[in-house]
This record gives sequence, structure tokens and C-alpha cells, in this order.
Amino acid sequence: MIVASVVVLLVATAQENIAKQRIATGFGFFDDEANFAIIQTLIPYSETSSYARALLVGLLNTLLVAALGIALASVIGFTVGIARLSPNWLVARLAAIYVETLRNVPLLLQLFFWYFAVLRALPRPAASLSIGDAVFLNNRGLFVPALSFDGMAWLAPIVLVMMVLASRVVSTRTRAGTRWLDRWPRAGLIAFGVVSAAGILAFTVRAEVPALTGFSFQGGVRVIPELMALVIGLSTYTAAFIAEIVRAGIQGVAKGQHEAAQSLGLSRWQTLRLVVMPQALRIIVPPLTSQYLNLTKNSSLGTAIAYPDLVHVFAGTALNQTGQAVEILTVTMVIYLTLSLLTAAAMNWYNSRLRLQER
Amino acid sequence: MQRSLLLSLAGGLLAAGIAAPATAAGGDTLAAVKARGYVKCGVSEGLPGFSSPDEQGNWSGIDVDVCHALAAAIFDDPNAVRFSPLNAKERFTSLQSGEVDLLSRNTTITIQRDVALGLEFTGVTYYDGQGFMVRKAAGVTSAMGLDGAAICTQSGTTTELNVADYFRANGLTYTIVAYEKEAQAVSAYDDGRCDAYTTDQSGLYAQRNKLRNFDEHIILPELISKEPLGPAVRQGDDNWEDIVRWTLYAMVNAEELGVSSQNVAEMRRSESPEIRRLLGEEGSFGEAMGLSNAWALQILRHVGNYGEIFDRNLGEGSPLKIERGKNALWTKGGLQYAPPIR
Repeated sequence: MIVASVVVLLVATAQENIAKQRIATGFGFFDDEANFAIIQTLIPYSETSSYARALLVGLLNTLLVAALGIALASVIGFTVGIARLSPNWLVARLAAIYVETLRNVPLLLQLFFWYFAVLRALPRPAASLSIGDAVFLNNRGLFVPALSFDGMAWLAPIVLVMMVLASRVVSTRTRAGTRWLDRWPRAGLIAFGVVSAAGILAFTVRAEVPALTGFSFQGGVRVIPELMALVIGLSTYTAAFIAEIVRAGIQGVAKGQHEAAQSLGLSRWQTLRLVVMPQALRIIVPPLTSQYLNLTKNSSLGTAIAYPDLVHVFAGTALNQTGQAVEILTVTMVIYLTLSLLTAAAMNWYNSRLRLQER
Repeated sequence: MQRSLLLSLAGGLLAAGIAAPATAAGGDTLAAVKARGYVKCGVSEGLPGFSSPDEQGNWSGIDVDVCHALAAAIFDDPNAVRFSPLNAKERFTSLQSGEVDLLSRNTTITIQRDVALGLEFTGVTYYDGQGFMVRKAAGVTSAMGLDGAAICTQSGTTTELNVADYFRANGLTYTIVAYEKEAQAVSAYDDGRCDAYTTDQSGLYAQRNKLRNFDEHIILPELISKEPLGPAVRQGDDNWEDIVRWTLYAMVNAEELGVSSQNVAEMRRSESPEIRRLLGEEGSFGEAMGLSNAWALQILRHVGNYGEIFDRNLGEGSPLKIERGKNALWTKGGLQYAPPIR
């Protein structure tokens, strides 16, 4: 009740002050031309696009970083967490050093390190590092060929799938025969599928190879260094926390489970995979959710290294241009809240699936 | 530079505070300054060439020299000034609330600031505009050659907008890399992230001195926006506004008439009526403003003419080595033009 009345009071005061200052209000600006450019756009966008479009561009950039970061952080985190419990002294030590270093240095500093150190180390476009003159790495980013499919390219996977299915049918039909007779038609059908699919692709897929023209590379797909630095920085940092969560989860499984598995003759890896991990996940998932949420929210630090995320594009440039701080910050906060709630909901669903099934 | 947000902030603060300092604002600033014994001058927090402190805390720069000139005109002592470093957000509020007597802080004159913030601008100390810095090795000599370039800048300022407008109008492609802080944008440009760096041209000169290899960078001649910088005073004290305005005019007129800190003593004996009026040998313009008739003489003796303060702070006599360009006298193809003293 008190909270509600305080909120009402604050809103009323804000409205009154805004009216007094003659600051424009409302969401009408969403349809106005944004008039500024964004370095990375996953959907078509130009200076003449609306602020609403700019918001969407920023949101997609945030989602991209969050998705890549969560995937990478999970892989690194589980690896390091398991490595910390390795009987190999060196591996366990290295994992411990990783965790202690990464989680004890402020994330913003790590982002600056990744961004500015990486930038400084990379060559200029004219002296790019390249793989087969198709993939280029320089201080403007990573340039890879863009594949464009046209015409009948969709036939390729269909042919392949059909041949694989046919080989299954053949192999069941000839099960009664000898082993050799059994294998030949099968291998032949699959080989035919692969060759014809490759043939179709060769005629229908075009790779647009990036080429150095003027100041930088044109064509192909460009991964900007801001994105690389942000994904690396966020995932290695969050992975340090995930590693500790994984370690705690594994150690939280009763010791008797290890011993029982080993007395059954399971190897160390089998013990981990079949016995320990399924039980450890029940402990791991709830705190892991928090780390995923943290990573998504921390992605807003990308604004410091010029990554055009939601905060940079919308709560930064758009806010400065329109001056409508209240509306823009409210929208931004609601979006982050929604993202977090959605992530949490998905993780809770996963967690409920892992729960002990009581019969 | 960060106009829209700052204005709304400053505007809001002003709207709230405008009633309270009305007495200070509407009062006789000259009398208050004389009674106090020094001028309170709002400057930047450190922009080389305009206003920046050295290790001992002594301020220098063209904006600082405007304050010294004002003190010389009033007290015959250029050092009767106290400087208040102000950030972009504080500056207008500080002036409006009477914390400073004038704002001499690389501030762009715009209609909104003039009509909506209760300020009066008293002239242009420096004609600036947004420009580009590129590497010499890129072989670019004009902004029209920046097609396809990556451009570093500070985000949330009108520079982003100016670049977008300019490139669109000229049908050029570009990618903009916008950093939260000026220092990061400069550092990224220095590391090769961008082909060009953009901000106000005077800022380009100041930032160029901080780059690893100063000589490898050039500043392109085009200006893509108008940024006339000048001192501002509170609205409502016309005499004070006149004093600040004619302090700058006196320095520009002196340069045009060839009167400098070196020759001002001989020039007092000049036959030229224009020079005689400037130096107070004829007429009584100083007294009309509540100063001595030697007010301009005092400015020139202690501080110098416009050409001298430009040269010492921004031009050949400074580390920035900015050409006079648009800031040359109107007689030499520039824009610096002062109404006559008569």
C-alpha cells in the first residue's frame, strides 16, 4: 500500500515536472526517423528508419550477444568446473587459476582488455591474416564468405535424405543375405546421394568472398571486433562462476554414488556422465539460471566498447536525440525484465524436468 | 556538443531555479565584481587551447584569456580572476545561478541556448565546426574521399547526427563506431579501428597531440557543421553584457588596427583617430560602461590583441598549430569582424 502510493506520488511529480520543463512526452517519437547509423544490424536498417526499428536492431544485437555468450560460457564453464576436480594436479591448478583470475577482475576492465588488446594486436585491413584468401581477420573484424543459395539448392538435402532412407530400406530387405551383399547396395545408395547432393550444391550455391576495396573489405559476412570482444569477455567471465557452480554440484553428489559406480566397473568418465552429472544438474541448474541472467544483463556493458546493443542504441543515442528519458528508460527496463523472466521461465522448466521423479 | 539532453537537463534545473537567483541575475554585475575585487569565470575542465590548467593550477587558453582581458579592463590587473571548471551539464546552471559572472567555455551559440536558457552570447571567440582526422597514409585529402570509411566518434552527441546527415547528403557509405567516452574513441582510432575520427575541429587538433604518432595524421579541410564558440552572460544586465562584448571587440579591432601588447605604448601617440579612440585618448566610452577610458589600453597591455591570444593558445605559438582559417580577420578572408569603436 505504502509502496503503491509512493510510486503514484513519484509518477505524478515526474509528470508535473516534465510538463513544467516543456519536455515532449508520449511514445509518438517511435515513428520518427532515427537519423543515425548503427554499425551492426541483423535486420535491414538505415538512417531513415524509425526509432522503433532502431529499438528492434538494438534488441536483436543484445539477444545475439546473450545467446552466443550463454552457449560459450556453458561450454567453458562445464569444462573448467570438471577440470578443477581432475586428479591431474596441473589440470586442476590451471582450472583454479582460471577461475580465481577471471572472477576477481571487474568485467568492464576485462572487456576493455579484450577489446583494446585484441584491436592493438590485429593487423590493418591491407595486411589481414587470411585463410585461403577467403576468410580474413583484421582490426575491422572477421570477414567470412557469405553463402547465397538460389534456384534448386533445396533439392540437395532432399536427395541426400531420400538416399539415406532408401539405404535403410535396402538393408532391412537384404538382412537375410550375406554381409557383403548387405553392405554394397547400402554404401552405393549413400554414395550416390552424397555425390548428387554435392553436384546440386556446386551449381546452386555461390560464395561471396570478401574483397579488399577502398578502406576495408566489402562483401561476405563481417563479425565486428566489438562483438568478438564482448562475447569473449562475457563468456570467459561468466564461465568462471559457472565452473564453481559445476564443481559445487559435482561435489554435492553423495560420495557413495561415486564409489558404487566405480565398484560396478564404470570408468571415471562413465561415472561422471551416467551417475554423477544427472544428479549434479539438479544442484547446478538453479544457480546456473542466475548466471545466464547476469550474462544477459551484463551485455549492456558492451556500450562501453561501442557494441550497438539495446542500451547503446536506444537508451544512449536515441535518448540523447529525443530527450525523452522517462519513456525510453522505462521501455528499456521492461525489455530487460521480460528477457530475464523468459530466461528464468525456460530454466525453471528445464529444472522441473530434471527433478527426481517420485513414483 | 551534447546539446539536446544537456539542454533538457539544464532547462529543467533553470525552470526550477530561475525564481531564486533573480536578484543576483538582475542585479548590477559590475558593481558586485568591483566590490568583490575579482571576476568569477566559468571555464572547461580542461580542453587544450581553450581552457586547461597546468601542473601549478594556472589556467591558459583562449577562453581563459577572455577572462583575463575582462579583468584587465575592469581592474587593470589580468589576474583578478577566479576560474571555475565546469562540466557540460553544470555550465548553464552555474551562470544562471550567479556562481560565475561569465561563461567562457567553448560553448556553441545556438538559438535554443540564447532564447530558452536566459543567456546572452556576446560574440564569437572561435569559429569551429565538426571535422575529420585521418591518417596521412590513407591518401585522403577531402571528406568526399571517405566513402566506405569506418568513423570513430563519441556516442550521444550531435556529431553522430552530423556525420549521418553529411554522408547521406553526399551519397557516401560509411560505418560509425560510437564510443561512450571521447578518450576511448580516440584510442580506438589510434589503434586502427577506424579510418577517421570526428569531433569539433578544434578538438581534433587537441586530440591529435595525444596520439602516438602525431605527424601521421591530418585534419581534413571540410567542416560539416557550424559551431561558433563564444562567451555567455546572464540575460538582464545590459551593461555587463556590453562590457564582455566590447572586451572581445576591442581585441579584434586592435588586431585590425595593428595595435598589440608590444607596441601599445607607442600607439598611444598615434595620429590615427581610430587608434586614439580605441586606446581612450579620445572619447569616453570606458566611462559610459562604468570603466576607465583606458579599458582597452589595459586589455592590450596585459593580454594582447585577438591575433596574439589566438597565436599563443591555438596557433603557431602553441602546440596545437591551428591555422587561422575562418578565424582570420575579415580583411584577410576570415570571419572575425568587430563593429568599430566610435
